This record gives sequence, C-alpha cells and structure tokens, in this order.
Amino acid sequence: MIEILLTPFHYDYMLRAIWVSALIGGTCGFLSSFVTLKGWSLMGDALSHAVVPGVAVAYILGLPFALGAFVAGLLAAGTMAFIKARSRIREDATIGIVFTAYFALGLLLISLFPARVDLKVILLGNILGISDPDIEQVIAISAVTLLVLGLKWKDLMLFCFDANQARTLGLRPALLHITLLALLAATAVAALQAVGACLVVAMLVTPGATAYLLTDRFGRMLWLSSGMGVATSLVGAYASYYFNGATGGCIVTLQTLVFLAAFIFAPKHGLFASKRRARTTETAPAP
Amino acid sequence: MTSQEDLPRLDVVDVSVAYPNGHLALHDASFQLRGGTICALVGVNGSGKSTLFKSIMGFVTPRAGSVKINGLPIRAVLKQHLVAYVPQAEEVDWQFPVSVWDVTMMGRYGAMNFLRIPRAGDKAKVEESLRRVAMWEFKDRQIGELSGGQKKRVFLARALAQGGRVILLDEPFTGVDVNTEEAIIQLLRELRAAGCIILVSTHNLGSVPEFCDQAVLINRTVLAYGATSEVFTEQNLAATFGGVLRQFQFEQSTIQEHDGRTIRVLSDDERPLVFGKDGHLEYKDRKEHAALLKERSEEHD
Repeated sequence: MIEILLTPFHYDYMLRAIWVSALIGGTCGFLSSFVTLKGWSLMGDALSHAVVPGVAVAYILGLPFALGAFVAGLLAAGTMAFIKARSRIREDATIGIVFTAYFALGLLLISLFPARVDLKVILLGNILGISDPDIEQVIAISAVTLLVLGLKWKDLMLFCFDANQARTLGLRPALLHITLLALLAATAVAALQAVGACLVVAMLVTPGATAYLLTDRFGRMLWLSSGMGVATSLVGAYASYYFNGATGGCIVTLQTLVFLAAFIFAPKHGLFASKRRARTTETAPAP
Repeated sequence: MTSQEDLPRLDVVDVSVAYPNGHLALHDASFQLRGGTICALVGVNGSGKSTLFKSIMGFVTPRAGSVKINGLPIRAVLKQHLVAYVPQAEEVDWQFPVSVWDVTMMGRYGAMNFLRIPRAGDKAKVEESLRRVAMWEFKDRQIGELSGGQKKRVFLARALAQGGRVILLDEPFTGVDVNTEEAIIQLLRELRAAGCIILVSTHNLGSVPEFCDQAVLINRTVLAYGATSEVFTEQNLAATFGGVLRQFQFEQSTIQEHDGRTIRVLSDDERPLVFGKDGHLEYKDRKEHAALLKERSEEHD
C-alpha cells in the first residue's frame, strides 16, 4: 500500500510537477486575497484567456512564452480601460467583448500553426511535461510577485480598501492599480502552466474567497489563502498521478472541496454559524 | 494656543472643473479659510460639493484656477499628510477584513517607512486617537460589526491619527444617532480650538448654525461664504437650493397667547432651519447660543 502511495515520488517529472505546482499555487493564492477583495475576479478570468494569443505568438516566434503572454495580458487590460473610458458600455460587457476577442485571435493563431503550439496544452496546462526554460519563467514570475506583494501588501491593501485615503496620504493609487494588474497578468501566465487557461481563474479566486470566509483580518487572510494555494496544488499535482495526469482538474477540485467546507463549517461566516445565530436571536430576542 | 504661523490656510481661487464629457461641474469658485474654523459646505446634490472636495484633495485637477494650502499646491501638501478625509458611509466596504485598529493605523501609513511597519510612536498615536473618540474598547472589532455612529468615529480616529490640519468630512451625520452627533461636534470643536480647518459637507441645514462658525454656499459656483450668521439668509439659501426647500410660514394665529407663545416643530431626521420675522436666524436655545458665540469669539482671540 505504502509502496503504491510513494510511486509518484520515484519519478523526476512528478517531483518537479509537485513543487512547481506548489510554487504557482502559493503565488496565486497570495494574490487571490487582493483579487477577491478588489472585485477583480472577472478581470482575472478575462486576463487568463486574453494571454492566449500572446502565448501563441511567443511560441511561433520562439520567444519566452511568459513575455508574449504578459504583453498580451497588459494589452487586453489597456483595451478594456480604453473602451470603458471612451464609451457608454458597462464594464462587464466590455470585459466580455475584449477577452473573447483576444481568445478567439489566439485560437486562430494556434490553428494556423498547429505544429508549433498545442491547443490542449494551453487550455488544460501541462505541468507534468513542463520544460526547464518554462520552469525558469515560472520561478521568475513567482519570485517577483511574492517579493512585490510581500513588501507592499499594506499599500495594496489600503488601495483595495480605500483608494481615496491612499491618495490623501500621498500614495499613488494609479501606480498601485497598474502594479496589481501587472501582477495579475503575470501570475495568470504562471498558472496557465499548471492548470491551463480554462481553470486559471479558480487559482486566482477560490483561495482568497475561502480565506475571506475564515477570518476578519487581512494579514491572516493572506496566510490562509497562500497556504491553501500551496497545499491544494501540492496534493492535487501528487494525486494527478493516479488520475491520468489531469493536474488542473485535481488541483481545482481540491480547492472547491476546501471552499465548500469553509462555506458550510466556517466558525463565523459559514452556513451553520449563520443558522445558529439566527436561532439564538429568535429564541432570545435582544434586550 | 497655537501661534498665528502654525494655522493652516486654504485658498480656493477661481476654480473651474469640467468632466471628461465637457460638462462644467464647477466654475470660478473662490473662498479662503484660516485655521481654527468649522465651515459648512452647503448645496444640493449635483451642486458641485463633492467636486469641490475632490479638488481640495487633489483627485481632480481644475481646468482653471488653483487650490492651495499654506500657499503650496495640493500635490506637495499631500506629501505632508496635511489633508485628512472622513468618507461618507456608503463609500466604504464594511465587509473588508480589517479591524478598528487596522483602519485607524491606515492614517499613519504616510508617516511610516517603506514597509509600513508601525513604530511605538505610531501605535501610541493610534491608541490616543481611538481613546479620544471612545472607540478603544472596540479596537479588535471588524468594522462591519459597528453601529452607524461607531463607524463614523473610527474614520474620525483615522483622521486624528493622521494628524491632518485640514479635515474634510462628507455628510458626517447621516445614519448617526443624536448622542454621537453631539460627541462628533464636541470633537470638531476641540480640533477647531487646536487650529484645524474643518470643512463639513452637509445638506442638514438646521444643524449648521448650531456648530459651524462659517459656511460656504455652493451651486455650481460659490454663491456666498463667510460667518454663518451673515451667510445664512433666506435670500442666499433660496439661491443655493433653487426652490427645493419646503417652507412653512407660521402666522400670527399659529403662535397663540394661550399656548404660552410656544410652538413645536417635528421633523424626520433633520433639524429644521428657523428664521425670525426680520430674517434673523432662530436657535434652539437663544441663551445657550449667546454663550456659545461669546465662547467662540474668545476661542478666536
């Protein structure tokens, strides 16, 4: 039995997949606290799809995929901001139009050059077969993201909570906005490797949303969401050995299970807790 | 008492602000304030109140004219953390996972180092501010778990912790019970005595003469500004509100001798503004007000 459980660790590619997933999961988890509180979940989804043409172009031209994806992500964010500022169309419609446009362009490019890029890899990720240069890019993205968030999380928290106060204190909300957006695009690119474009948004939202149910302190929320990102990605990548290599599916399913547990059992904001509160106020009306 | 040089000065000179679509929100607005005042900013919705606030906080750049504090442009002033802002309750995300202590500490960010790690001085200042608004015992509460008045006091504590000399309050009395309103007004008076400029945006007309020594009336531009008793005339208010105000005239027959010449006015939520026969302001309690005026003129000396 133990022998069977230990088999994944005998393979180099599995070990690599496990620790790279954990790194990506932790980075995405850290960022997800900001994404959920800023209300950028839809934005995360949009960016993760909008980076696809960038990845395609990068592979076709033989450039680092992260570079192409990052540029495409920022271009998409810029397009959205431009349309929102210059038209009467609402933000959700703008996001819907722009990200599908980029995604469609990516699909076209991939079908034009099927030998260079594999659509399945982009959509579903391929952490088990990740190449060394790709690992280096993931490490670079994670290092920069963790460093920036680790140093400036308080400024970014203030920006998410009260951008006006940030401005009256002489901070620069526009700069913080762009920083957060750039980090979002960068981590979306990294998460693409682990779970694929379709599931990136789960990595960027679910840990933050789960942590939000469990605590009322932002600092604690950061630890919880990063910890959950690391743990679920680690276990998910390991478990995917037994599930035919569906790493993305395993990681995100695990995250969903943890979220559901928090949704139901969270000590203060869970379903049971609210029911209990409702009952006690019913039986013992406030004096 | 603070010396004359320490008192802040706010100069709004011929400010015009236009929205990106070309709509003029404010034109040629001018007024000046010196430290040691509580000034009301009075106008209807859409009169440019919040635009004026935003220009003073440097959020919008005027198309023409200038806003200066102590003779410096706003951008330079913000670096000194001189301007503090108490937002309207609707602007705040009350579900955000921060405690009363966290929010108050945010007032100190400007004075902190790159990593925003609070020093002993910052913590002492936060504690002092929270105690001053009587919110110290709630310091670990999540902000959504407070009453309307307590919420307002937390953001006042943040302004105190920041040590702002020009304090802007946006509709501070909406959703606040009468006791808290009194407490807030008392605190604002202390800040005025300490030489701050306090600018209060409000549509609650009746309370203005009770606690604001100056007022700025605004309707797309500054219609009048100066001492409340001089600015608050029926004529000025009619121009400010453009017929929005309801009037109820008491006739001789309303105020009967056999009722002891007293009448009672009920109003939902807001205090009514009452004028005497020749257009002078009536106060809740004339004697108390006379004492207040005397006290204030002493404060100013």
